[in-house]
Amino acid sequence: MSGAVASGSAGAWLAERGAAARELRFYARVFARSAASLLGLGLVLVFLLMAALGPFVVPYPEDARGAVHLDQKLRPPGARHWFGTDEVGTDIYTRVVLGARVSLRIGLVITVLGAAIGVPLGIVAGYVGGAVGEIIMRVTDIFLSVPALVLALAIVGALGPGIVNAIVALGLVWWPGYVRLVQSKTLALKGQVFVEAARAVGTGRLRIVFVHILPNCVSPITVKASMDMGSAILAAAGLGFIGLGAQPPYPEWGAMISHGRNYLPTWWWYSAFPGLFIYLTVLGFNLLGDGLRDVLDPRSREQG
Amino acid sequence: MLFGLLCITFTISHVAPGDPARLAAGPDATPSMVETIRVQYGLDRPLPVQFGQYLRGVLRGDLGRSLRTRETVAADLARYFPNTFELVTGAMLLAVGLGVPLGILSAVYRDTWVDQLTRVVSVSGIAIPAFWLGLMLQLLLALELGIVPLGGRLGLMTAPPPPVTHLLFVDALLAGQWRVFGDALAHAVLPTVTLCFPALAAIVRVNRAEMLETLKQDYIVNARAQGVSELRIVARYALKNAMIPTLAMIGLRYGWMLGGTVLVETVFDWPGIGLYAVASAVSSDFQPIMGVTLVIGLNFMLANFLVDLAYSWLDPRVRPAGTA
Repeated sequence: MSGAVASGSAGAWLAERGAAARELRFYARVFARSAASLLGLGLVLVFLLMAALGPFVVPYPEDARGAVHLDQKLRPPGARHWFGTDEVGTDIYTRVVLGARVSLRIGLVITVLGAAIGVPLGIVAGYVGGAVGEIIMRVTDIFLSVPALVLALAIVGALGPGIVNAIVALGLVWWPGYVRLVQSKTLALKGQVFVEAARAVGTGRLRIVFVHILPNCVSPITVKASMDMGSAILAAAGLGFIGLGAQPPYPEWGAMISHGRNYLPTWWWYSAFPGLFIYLTVLGFNLLGDGLRDVLDPRSREQG
Repeated sequence: MLFGLLCITFTISHVAPGDPARLAAGPDATPSMVETIRVQYGLDRPLPVQFGQYLRGVLRGDLGRSLRTRETVAADLARYFPNTFELVTGAMLLAVGLGVPLGILSAVYRDTWVDQLTRVVSVSGIAIPAFWLGLMLQLLLALELGIVPLGGRLGLMTAPPPPVTHLLFVDALLAGQWRVFGDALAHAVLPTVTLCFPALAAIVRVNRAEMLETLKQDYIVNARAQGVSELRIVARYALKNAMIPTLAMIGLRYGWMLGGTVLVETVFDWPGIGLYAVASAVSSDFQPIMGVTLVIGLNFMLANFLVDLAYSWLDPRVRPAGTA
């Protein structure tokens, strides 16, 4: 008897796994139909590889750690230096490639921080509601009424310039979007029959949140997180450009552009290549996010 | 809402580890000089007292004093804000003026090269770093080709018009100084184009999606069946409905633009509140940053309020009962 139950559940498990695989294949097909999504995935993969393998593939790895070759300074792009050199003769290609690791890490930390603060608040606001929910949403609205970059500027201005402070500042202002998203999703799910049924059979609040609500929020959060990777990288580069983020000789793209600015127009390559890399990274994450949304959340597509 | 904003700005600037009095006094000030400044700016009193003072001050229009410029923040803001206002408004007008037709075109000519090209613009607009785009435009148009000036608001040789509204364009027109107006326009081209790009991208996207949706509606199909010309259908019937979400977008984007202006003003040396905020942040000067944050927040709220008004004018369904 117990054997039959076991084999029955194993069969069910296998069937479920087959269904999941079929679903995955379906998603992949939908995703692959769009050239833009594939381009986005491609770009993101290239930059992930660059971040992982950077130090092993660049021609002059010591150039990201403050090496100086004054005899090589401000060389134009060529065979020895693909993207030229800067004012102390370090290879810009090397620094830009190593910058991928810096920027992706910054984007990831900001996005994770934002989600880690925003998602729990959104669930509380949506599921518990009441006065607590009201307060959370009010505070969220206030934060949303000032552009993230301006608030971050204020925080970094208070903490002092530096890459860690820039990350902390952006992380602290990045959460309101997640509160809005998760709160509205939770509110919608709360009224669904399966959640009411769970409540009717006496399922605890925490269990409902973790088993029934949170998993259903995963797709919109994933889509938003992918888009946010792009905009967080952009915002951090902006702070670097102003001079409040990463400080030289740290290979951060925004700070490199800001430095190269003093060498325009003659030594244009100094600013041009880091900016191009920011553009391609952000483009990749945006296109990937768009593609993921078409697959995971087709109803909300084309909405902004 | 406003009170909440004040709480945030105050908290940020006072929980910070830096000591503004020491910074203001300079690196070789004696402890007693630092102490004098601390007392002079009220930095020695307990935080709730300082917050109370701050609140009372804000209500009277007193935003404190900048440690860097030695001017009151209110005076600084009054000087710099009109410049930012002109830049942001110009960029928004450009974004709407280009974005709405582009969105409509790419919806009407869906999946043709027009649509593809527009999509490239709209995807790039969000991903391209504004400050880098600004630099590259500077490099190409100002430094290489010399078509437009590099930065600033007016050329060195141009005397500003007599201040009436403090909006440079309006003042130049009021004084009838066409040369000044032209010079101001030439200086405004690059920053306006740079700043409008992200908003342009968003407006194109929303307009295209909304237009596609609207063109599928029964009343459009009906109009088409009755032989109404395609141009009239788009211009007269569909546009108005497609404008509604665009309008909501404009309110939101206006706020984001006020954020983006910080970077764009830095690139183009545009003497607005963004440049003022950056200069203050770099020298740990808190009061101006609080002031700028407050002004931007207020503007954002105001923009959204105006958008709500325009909404009810465009869309009778959201008008409160009785006024329709």
